This record gives sequence, structure tokens and C-alpha cells, in this order.
Amino acid sequence: MEHIITPKVEHVKLLNKYPEKKSALGTLYLTATHLIYVEQTNNSRAETWVLHHHIMSVEKLPLTAPGCPLLIRCKTFQLLHLLFQKERDCQDVYQSLLHLSQPVKEDELYAFLYTPHQNQEDRRQGWEFISVANDFSRMGLSNEYWEISPLNKNYEICSTYPSILGLPKNASVAVVTGSAKFRSRGRLPVLSYYHKDTKAAICRCSQPLSGLTSRCVEDEQMLQAISQANPNCPFIYVVDTRPKLNAMANRAAGKGYENEDNYSNIRFQFQGIENIHVMRNSLQKLLEVCSMKSPSMSDYLTGLENSGWMRHIKSVMDAGVFLAKAVSEERASVLVHCSDGWDRTAQVCSLACILLDPYYRTIKGLMVLIEKEWISFGHKFSHRCGHLDSDPKEVSPVFTQFLECVWQLSEQFPCVFEFNERYLIEIHNQVYACQYGNFIGNCQKERLDMRLHEKTFSLWPHLLKNQHLYRNPLYRRSLESTVLRPSTLPLHFKFWCGMYNHYDGGMHPKQSVLDQLLSLTQKQVEGERTMTELQRLAVADGVLPDPSGLISTPTKQDSPCEKTPTAPVVQSNGSCAPLINGDAEEAVPGAEKCNEEEGAES
Amino acid sequence: MELSEHIKTANVEDVTLRRPFHPALRGTLCVTSHHLLFSDGKDEASWQLLILLKNIDAIEKSVEILFGYPRAVGSSGTITIKCKDLLVLQLEIPGMEECLNIASSIEALSSLESVTEMYPFFYRPSHLTLSGPWGLSSMEQYYKQTERLWDRWRISTVNSDYSVCLSYPSAVIVPREVDDDMLIRSARFRQGGRFPVLSYCHHRNGMVIMRSSQPLTGANKKSCKEDELLLRAVIDGSKLGYIIDLRSAQQAQQARMTGGGFESKSCYSDWKRFHRHHERDGHSVLVHGSEGTDNTLLVSSLAQLILDPASRTVTGFLCLLEREWIQAGHPFQQRCAHSAYSHARLKQECPSFLLLLDCVWQVWRQFPLALEFSEALLLRLAQEVYASNYGTFLCNSEQERCAAGVKENTHCLFQSLLRPDIEEQYLNPLYEPTDLVIWPSVHPQSLQLWTGLFLRWTEYAQNMEEAREEVWSIVKEHREQAGPDRTNNMLSTHCDTLTPFENLMDELTIL
Repeated sequence: MEHIITPKVEHVKLLNKYPEKKSALGTLYLTATHLIYVEQTNNSRAETWVLHHHIMSVEKLPLTAPGCPLLIRCKTFQLLHLLFQKERDCQDVYQSLLHLSQPVKEDELYAFLYTPHQNQEDRRQGWEFISVANDFSRMGLSNEYWEISPLNKNYEICSTYPSILGLPKNASVAVVTGSAKFRSRGRLPVLSYYHKDTKAAICRCSQPLSGLTSRCVEDEQMLQAISQANPNCPFIYVVDTRPKLNAMANRAAGKGYENEDNYSNIRFQFQGIENIHVMRNSLQKLLEVCSMKSPSMSDYLTGLENSGWMRHIKSVMDAGVFLAKAVSEERASVLVHCSDGWDRTAQVCSLACILLDPYYRTIKGLMVLIEKEWISFGHKFSHRCGHLDSDPKEVSPVFTQFLECVWQLSEQFPCVFEFNERYLIEIHNQVYACQYGNFIGNCQKERLDMRLHEKTFSLWPHLLKNQHLYRNPLYRRSLESTVLRPSTLPLHFKFWCGMYNHYDGGMHPKQSVLDQLLSLTQKQVEGERTMTELQRLAVADGVLPDPSGLISTPTKQDSPCEKTPTAPVVQSNGSCAPLINGDAEEAVPGAEKCNEEEGAES
Repeated sequence: MELSEHIKTANVEDVTLRRPFHPALRGTLCVTSHHLLFSDGKDEASWQLLILLKNIDAIEKSVEILFGYPRAVGSSGTITIKCKDLLVLQLEIPGMEECLNIASSIEALSSLESVTEMYPFFYRPSHLTLSGPWGLSSMEQYYKQTERLWDRWRISTVNSDYSVCLSYPSAVIVPREVDDDMLIRSARFRQGGRFPVLSYCHHRNGMVIMRSSQPLTGANKKSCKEDELLLRAVIDGSKLGYIIDLRSAQQAQQARMTGGGFESKSCYSDWKRFHRHHERDGHSVLVHGSEGTDNTLLVSSLAQLILDPASRTVTGFLCLLEREWIQAGHPFQQRCAHSAYSHARLKQECPSFLLLLDCVWQVWRQFPLALEFSEALLLRLAQEVYASNYGTFLCNSEQERCAAGVKENTHCLFQSLLRPDIEEQYLNPLYEPTDLVIWPSVHPQSLQLWTGLFLRWTEYAQNMEEAREEVWSIVKEHREQAGPDRTNNMLSTHCDTLTPFENLMDELTIL
């Protein structure tokens, strides 16, 4: 609060992007957490709230005749162009926002102030709601080839990895620790995803410290063990997601990539995804295009092309598709890495998971996936999102690109995702908002040290509570069991106007098919819920016989159901929509989607 | 020459057909006067492929001769057929001679020039009769329906024998106070005789959209008193009118060198001329480019879609196309002789109509509840305009259609589309009629590739089809639940929140 010099400034103009539109005149407030702009006319009041953490940069522009302009750019791609009458006010707000938008210490983050109406028990349950361990069980692990190992429980083998690791059963502790020593930052090859149908696995790691000539027997044995854990294929793919040149440059620094001669039965492959610095610059150029004032079509297309953004999205998608194909068609296991194995590797592995496994295309499944591939495997959210005032060269839109890839898939396959575009955008906003603790810190160990589970709340229950907003009414369970085979031809990639021009309402369709369908289906759901409730009461009263499992009793909340919704039983009543949406409103952590299974016991 | 004389080989056995979405098929290929047929022989009654030869835009052939084999056995050829509806398929034909024969038949029969030889003159399905009504609307009907016109406007039949303007219909709507002699003089002053006629009258304020071709002012800045009077009568002393010249100022200047030109300020004092977009407000407009048969029609019909709720129904839209494109003399035969695949680059060829359909699709994408028809209708039209069983898109003008006897000898596409059993597939399940004007955004970010058309032969199209089915099933389920008297409370047009910027829809937004 000490940063707020002037909490209220009147007669501030909010300039519109379009010169034709009259600018608003209103009052600006600064609170501990938000910048609030209130536009008051005779009969209406409009408020614009901007979270301080969402502010990426504040820029004082040269003084103009009508006043003193301040340009605020947000990480959510919102752009505020304010005009102050007094230079002094502008300077004060500028100074305040500089501090407020870039906290120096972690405990200044919003999450440490934020207290929703939850007791300690709710908080604990909230944090346990999404569990990576449960997801391993869902995949069918441990089994005869893979085990879930507590070797890293004290983060001694690898400080940026999670405490539990999926490892091949026949890899000895010596092999595991030896391999870790030969990998950048100790990020040894571990399981990311196990594909039950083919027994093929996706594993991830960082680059080997191979330099020009070094080799490591344990690392070679580790890869061998991964290969042997898949009885269906005699080789594994080793995918280096970097461009070949970058990987070669790393060899000079004692790092690099696997020499095919040293490892038996590997097939090595580069994927050519650029590094975080290229991606950061690309986004910057993209945003310049987005904020152009009335560009011509060719200004826009040239700008889009020159930003390279779509090219980068395609390269991530291509790599994800390569992995999914290898696993589902060649039944081959894949080991993926980049340099440190926490940016490109996370993108590619999580994308492949979505392509392979319909569970990750559900509302809860995406949470699990983000928790697993991003949060627990140490994607450096604090650095990449610039939560704190730190090295700007560490900032990069890696996670944004992942969300965009999911969006691109949802555009190609409109019926296979349980969620809609708003879910992705909400997750994006929350990642940068730091209102919940999930995306604070750079790895599991750091989060543990910060005692985030005691001091902050988890985002996931909050999203689940609002899941009716994020539903895709076109979601069809019958289609979900398939492996997605997207086309990555350039003409299938679109500019994501809903994300990068989210705040330019004038560019969006004026009528929403999504809203229309949501409102149609919502009514349906409510109607059926009432019916089910009446039937349930009737059964409870003994008026009606129990029609075998279609009617649910309120579910136990302590048994998170991680069952893959591919189970054919789900479709038994022929209509899937009500089951998906059945508990849109009363949803509680762990209770969703359990109804049809647990009902049988009632 | 009889059509059948082009056919040297009518049937070939053991042909392999490859096309999107289907496994390769082996069967019999057959060329008739108007069709290419393929059957795998398993089901005698049905064809696996039946395409109009006119749909074929380009064919590529390659033949292979295997050495050491007798020619008749060891040669084969592949024909790649690229259609105007963007379908590409391949035929592997055993025997080089057969392959070349088939190819040359296709080449000859796919580019027939005589209208009466075209398939619509032979299409005689059992469920249609030639005596049925042809067409949906006419200028006379439009006039009758539009009460606002009765006072100041009249129907003129000055062009009943097409002598005043070859490309106009026999009846046009003009200001009441302008007599036919003046129209004849104005026509002489306009390229192709396309004098200013009424295209649309806005039901809210009575302002009108007129269209014409460019005035023939030429290098000497000729003028025409009758043309000026005609335009003055449009304004009727009330307000300034706007002339939307769709060309750039420079192009308009250059046009004078070849006898064309633009309306000068001194002669048309009631009118203000624009070559670029500008703010809209309630004024009447005159739209023209050069010939007044392409962009002019594009702009005037798009403006009507945006302004007039009646033109957003299936019937209304087809009537609009009929009035503003077919009767208004868009030269379909010249423009649509070939499409993008063809190597023949004819000067008269241009996808103007496709451009209109794309624009309508963009409007639909931005207002997915406001149009009664679906994308399927636009796709169907995009196909029919290039190759059709029906006579609707034949010829270049009303006069040519009359001379060829199109109405007497072919069936009407629009009539056929409106048959109840056919129509449903072209309906938008989410249609919620609105009386509001639907201003689309023209930001580059708001315009998208029309994937439904350009990706229609990819897997993407199948995914979209699933989505469409899902939308239909949700809507149907909802309707069943809501019962017959469901209330219309879901209308969610956000037009009132639009910013003036969106209203800058270039020339379209003047009214």
C-alpha cells in the first residue's frame, strides 16, 4: 500500500483505439490489488478492473496538448491508453504502478493476500483435488514395466523434478543416479505418459552433457531400460526439440545431444522449435500487429508473417504430432528433451498427451495435464511469466503457446474437447494473475519451501465450480476415444483473435454460437437434474424401484474419481450431454463424473 | 457436330479411381455427353461417381509405356481431374489410347460454348415439370411489395425489348418524374446503356441505393442533361446524395482516356462523389464501378443483406440474388467459364459471384444467428454457379436467356431449393430473426479464410460436419423439450453495443 501515492484521480480519459470513437472520461482508482477505471455518464457506469499483476509495462508517452498520456500494456494483451489532465497525476500513477506491477518479494503476490470463503479443510482438499499420483494410476501404473519411485522424495537427485518419478522397473538406482549426473541440471529421463494400448511411453529429460566426446554408461543403460520397458518396439525415438544448430552449439559448452553410435537402438530426431528468446521476440512483434490502428489487410498479413508466430505454433504442433504418431502408430516409446527440458519439452509432451488420451481433453483432465507436465516437472512459471521483478530475458510465452496449440486443435476438432475457448483464456489469465498459488514458483521444491499450500489457495476447485461457463456444448463423448490426427498444413492455423485481441470486442463475432448453445443446453440440464432429483427421492422413499445406477445419491467427496471417461458404460443411456453437465453447479472437488459409477451402489 | 461425336471411347474397364475420403476403387469409367461416370459394378443401380463435365476445370494426363510389352497391354495412363468445386480426383486408365481418348472427350465436352447444348437443356428429372413457375421474383414484384416506392417511383418497361440496355431486365424501377425518353438518353451516356436504376429502398427512412455503370464523360468532359435530371429526381430536393465510385480516384481519371469517366461536381450539384469509404448517415447513394456488372452488384447486394432483414431469409436471399445478379445482368457465362485450376486465362473470367458468397459467409460468421440460411446453401450456390443441372445461372443477361429459351426449356434452381424437403438442409438451426442492421467488422482480424469452401475436400470438412450435426441435434432436442410454444427469449443480438468504427463498412454503410 505504501506504493500508492494517489489513490484516486479524476477526469482521466480512457483513449479508444479507434479515433472515430469518442473517448471516455472517468475516474481512476488505485487499490492494493487493482487499477480501477470508472466511467460515469448520466445513466450508466462502466468499470474496468485491471489486476496489478496483469500489468506488463507502463509507459509515459510524450506530453500532448490535451494532456499527459500513459500507456499500460497487460500480460493478458489488454491495452489501456490513459490521458491525464495534470502531469503530476500521471507521474504519480506511473510511479505507483511501476512498483505495484512488479513486486520484488514473493509474499507481495496477490495469492498471499487473497482469502476466499474457505476453511482450512477446504483449502487442503482443494490442493489435493488434482493429483499427479492419481493420474499415474489412471494410466495403469505401476505395472510390470514401470514403477512410481520415491527416489527423488527429498529432491536430491533432481531439485527441479517432482518428488515421485515414473521409472522403468529394470533401471537400478545406480543407473538412475548415474544418468542424472550426465543430464543438464540432473533432469534425467523419466516417464511423462504411458500409453496403455500400445505399451509405449513418452519420457522426458534435459540435454545430455555429452559435449564433443563424453559418454555415460548409466545414461546409455537408462535409455536401454526405457526401450526394454516397451515389448512392442525394438527401438526408441530420441527427440531433440531444438533446431540442430542450437543443439550443436551446446556441444561446445559440454552439453549437446545423444550420439546415435553410443546408444543402442535409438532413432535420433531434431524438431526445430526455437528457444525462449526467439519466442519472446515473436510475441512482441505479434502484439505490435494486434495493436495497429486500422491496418490494411496487407499490413496485417505482412505483420503476422514477419512476427513468425504462426510458424512457431506450427513447429510445436508438428513435434507433438510426431510424438503421438510414434506412440500410437509405430508403438514406439519416445524420449524428449530440449536444453533444460522445462519449456519446449513441456509443450511437446503435454500436446502429445492431448492427442493420445481423451482424458486430457476434459475440463479436469487438462488441469491434471498442466499439473503434471508443467507445474510438477518444473516449468519455471515465476520466471517465464515475470511474476516478480527479475531478469526480463527469462520471460517467454511458452505456456501461452501450449494453450494456443490446444485452441488450434479445438478449432480443427470442434467436438472432442469438453471445454471451450474461454477455459483456455481463463487459465491464461489466472497463470499471470497470481491470485491462486498454483503458478507461483519455479518448481515443486520451491513451492514447498514457500509453504504455498498453507498460505494460498488452489485454482482448480475454483475453475471446477465455474465449469458450466467453460463447457463445450458440442463435446461428444463418442468421439473422444480416438487419437487425434490434426493436419499441420499452414492453412489450418488461424490467428487467435479471442486471445491476442481479446479486449477488442469490435473485432469479434457479434453473436455467439457458444452462448446460444450453452443457454440451450443449460436449460436441458436443469430440467433433467430436477427429474433425476425427484426420481432419487422417489427411490429413497421406496416409491420407485432403483433403475440400476442411473440415479445418483450425493457422492462421497473423498474419493477423487480418476476414471477415464472412455469407459463405454458412460454412454449407456444414449445421451451424453446431461452426464457431462449433470453437476455443473453443485460440483465439488472430486465429485464430478462419479455419479454414474457410484450410483450403482445406492 | 453432335456431342456424341466427341466421344471416341465411351467405356473403359479396370479403371482405378482415387479421390479424397474414399479408398481407391476399381471399376468402369464411362463418358457421356454431359457426365463422367464411374461404377465399381457391385451395385448395378448406383454410380460411385457422377460429375458434370462442365464442372471439370482442368485435366492433366500422363501416359506410361512399359518397354518390352505389346503396346496394347503394357501402357497405361493417369488423368488428374480438377473440378470447379475444387475437388481433385485421379483416374488410372489401362491402355494409352483409351486414356488419351477419354481425356480429349473430357476436354471438348467440358467447355461447350453453345448454351442450348448444355446439360440444363437435357435435365428432365421425373419429380419436376417444365410447366412449373420459373424464378422467384421480379422487379415488378419487388415494386409491389415495397409500399414506400409507390409514391415517387415507377416501373418502366422502356427496356422491354432490351434495346435500351442489352444487359438490363425488361422492367426497371426509376423515379416517377423521369419519363422513358429521358431514360433512353441517360442510357446512351452510360457504359453498356446501364443507366441509374433503383436497387434497394430502405424500409426505415426511404433512402435508396441506385446502381449504374460509369458515365461516358470521356476526355472532353461530356455531360448529359437527362442523366443529371434523373439523379436529381432521385434526391428530390431533400438531401445530398452520395455517389460511390468503386474505383480509386486515379482509376476513374484514367477511365476518361478510354471514353469512360465520372460524375463531375459542376453537373451533379446534389451529389457528392467518393472513391473511398467514409462515415455513414441517412443518404441515398448511387453505386458504380466501370461496367456496373460486378463490384457494383457485389456492393449493392451486400448492403441489402446488412440492412434488410427480409434478405436474410432463404427466400429473401435467393430473391436478392435473382434481382441483383441474374436479372441485373451479371455475365455469369463469361465470368464462370473456368475457375482457378484452368490454364485458360480468359479475360472475361472473374470469380465475382464467389466473392459475394465469401462476403456473405463472413457476415454469417460474425452474425451466426442472423441469417436463416446456412453455409451449406452458400456452398451449394458456389457449386451451381459453375456447373449445374438447372438453367438459373446460364447466359449473361435476361435478353440472352430469353433468346435461348432458358425459362421454357430448363428447370429453375431457386424453385428447386425452396422445396420443403430440400430446404431444411440449408437452414441455420440457430436462426433468430432480428430487425436490426447487422454491421460486420472489417478489421483484418475479423476476416477469415472460408474454410468450408476452400478446405471442403479435406478431413477438416468432416469434423465441421460433425459439429453441424451436433448443433442440429442440440437445437432439435431443445425444441422437443420446450414444446411448440417456446418463447423467443434468447435473442442476443448485440448490435446496440457496436461502436461507430464497425460501421465503417466501406461503401456499404452509407444508408
